[in-house]
Amino acid sequence: MNSEPLTAATPGIASTVAAPTVPVLSRDSDWTLVIRPQTGWFDLRLADMWRYRDLVMLFVRRDFVSQYKQTILGPLWFIIQPLLTTLTYTVIFGNIAQLSTDGLPKILFYLSGVTAWNYFADCLTKTSETFVANANIFGKVYFPRLAVPVSIVISNLIRFGIQLFLFLGFYFYFLARGTAIKPTQALWLMPLLILLMAALGLGMGIIVSSMTTRYRDLRYLVQFGVQLLMFSTPVIYPLSKIPDQYRWVMLSNPMTPLIETFRYAFLGTGTFNWEYLGFSTGASALILTAGILLFNHVEKTFMDTV
Amino acid sequence: MSVVIQADRLSKQYQLGQIGGGRLFDDVNQWWAKFRGKEDPLAKVGHGSAFHRSHRLNSFARNGACADDIWALRNVSFEVKQGEVVGIIGGNGAGKSTILKILSRVTAPSEGVVRVKGRIASLLEVGTGFHFELTGRENIFLNGAILGMTKSEIRRKFDEIVAFSEVEQFIDTPVKRYSSGMHVRLAFAVAAHLEPEILIVDEVLAVGDAAFQKKCLGKMKDVAREGRTILFVSHNMEAVRRLCTRGIWLRNGKIQQDGEIDTVVQNYFKSVSEEKPFTFTSPESGLSINRVVLNNGRGEQMSQFRPGDDLIVEVSYHAEKPVETPYFILAIHGVKGSCFTANMLLDGHRPKRLAGSGTISCKFESIPLLPQNYSVQMAIRTKDGNDHLLDSREVAFFTVAADLADYGYKGEFQMLAARSTHMVVPYEWRFSDGTVASVSLKRPATATVELFP
Repeated sequence: MNSEPLTAATPGIASTVAAPTVPVLSRDSDWTLVIRPQTGWFDLRLADMWRYRDLVMLFVRRDFVSQYKQTILGPLWFIIQPLLTTLTYTVIFGNIAQLSTDGLPKILFYLSGVTAWNYFADCLTKTSETFVANANIFGKVYFPRLAVPVSIVISNLIRFGIQLFLFLGFYFYFLARGTAIKPTQALWLMPLLILLMAALGLGMGIIVSSMTTRYRDLRYLVQFGVQLLMFSTPVIYPLSKIPDQYRWVMLSNPMTPLIETFRYAFLGTGTFNWEYLGFSTGASALILTAGILLFNHVEKTFMDTV
Repeated sequence: MSVVIQADRLSKQYQLGQIGGGRLFDDVNQWWAKFRGKEDPLAKVGHGSAFHRSHRLNSFARNGACADDIWALRNVSFEVKQGEVVGIIGGNGAGKSTILKILSRVTAPSEGVVRVKGRIASLLEVGTGFHFELTGRENIFLNGAILGMTKSEIRRKFDEIVAFSEVEQFIDTPVKRYSSGMHVRLAFAVAAHLEPEILIVDEVLAVGDAAFQKKCLGKMKDVAREGRTILFVSHNMEAVRRLCTRGIWLRNGKIQQDGEIDTVVQNYFKSVSEEKPFTFTSPESGLSINRVVLNNGRGEQMSQFRPGDDLIVEVSYHAEKPVETPYFILAIHGVKGSCFTANMLLDGHRPKRLAGSGTISCKFESIPLLPQNYSVQMAIRTKDGNDHLLDSREVAFFTVAADLADYGYKGEFQMLAARSTHMVVPYEWRFSDGTVASVSLKRPATATVELFP
């Protein structure tokens, strides 16, 4: 191509590339990818998520490895954190404030609440930072943005699993000592409970993260909001001890039935109600759907506004 | 060959001003006003609310203030065929990166459609998503997955990637202990082993040392040779020219020219030279170059010459403090590379010292150049020649234009001269019947014709 003498060329080659003419008729189905200004709210491209499943798992691994890499105790923190929280609650709310625990051993009551609540709260707070924390990488390369919050939910699930073992340790200790606790049939609902907590945390988290691309103030409200939400969830006191006129506040919180059912399943005490659970399921599905739609919508233009 | 990228009237609008600083209060206020059918309280004076609303239509993530819209791209249409290697060139803010961002789906266009056939991978930055706490091995997997590879694909190419990156010994060391060179090498190695049908590359060659850059360029050439399509954005025209066959020159968000790469680069150079003259200051030595002008030996300052004209490069300098025995290196470049040079490192003629203001000029006698576009590159060194005051830079541009018939050219394909070699040394054909035909660009055969009076 370079430095070819005159003789090697023919006049045909010399003509410049003609200005491209865009054919009017061209069906989108002939192409692998069609990029348009504002695709509809429902163009979710969930198939992409499946194609990038390896990335999700690598994100999980990254979070896991990097989180405790420079700490001395390493993954032990997974256990120390809920343990310390539980001890604090036991001392302050149980012993000093003398709040009721439905007659359950204080440690078991708080630990069950803390374990379940932490899973939800971690999912929410961590996913709520998706856009802001990943602005750099999102600005450089495309992958389904949902991969990030989904990976957070999964890595939190692993943490939750470890913490569940901690809870089970105490649980079997108390069972062996003959304390009046009994596992119930509701244990079969455990996968559903975990799924609902994940869906709720993810849904709320990505709604917040979508909104923070526009309203930065929300970031600062999240921590406070989560704490407030905890007090309207039966984490440190049982639903049964709430005066009737305030019960609706607790019950309008979709986390309430989940925590109560979680406790009831293992310990046999607490409120179990199919209607409440149905409400939680509906609310979770609604929030998650709304979250995914909003997230998907913001994802396409957020780089221009960050 | 089939079309793999089709961009149809692509536009992208950005908003200047308070992007991202949205306040909930303003939005609620606006929304409430709209709800009651009142004028938008925040609309700028002179903007009707209908106008305003049409601007807001586009996105949830838009801010209300719409006065400072700029179009980074405006009605850009082009097609890329399979296997084409297209260089996208243009000054800063011309819209190059915006095109790449839209193609790599980092951002959505405001108007228009792009249709793509085949898997796209984009390299807008090497090392995206590298995590400093993770080892080189872990980062290869993570980075590869971010770029769109599956785990098994990465595993298959792992050894190749490691070998290419030249960091074998440190592959299980956290990346935070890597030197920046190692970091870049590893990152590029991962990216280079993507196997997409369409590869989008932005300026990645600007990193790393010269040897590694060469290696990267070679790797990209291999990719191109395999029949895959590449879109390449770079300020390095040499790299663009070596790699690409077609150029798209963007200017202010529009396509200025789309065509064969050498022609596009030539025209781009030409326009750049007209836009801003070269100046330069070396802070350490206090030497500054104020002006570089070209003239034809008759005192006329010009940027267009005829073959056989004298070319005088005049460099005006000001030396804040004396500069002892500097080396000046001037070279005339065509799009295909260097033609000839005046190099004090070679000829040994150097000024004793530069002090105060003055000029140095160099006269190239009767330039034997074919009608094409050229640049003058200059470098300045001091001391033993290792102290670079000015690394080789384009300091001036000129065109050689002429009707070759005036020089005795008779060929039918004279328009191909624009793509031929740059220099023509006087030569003579001798045929068996004893005819002699001599060709020279030294001076017009028909001196009477004044093409550029």
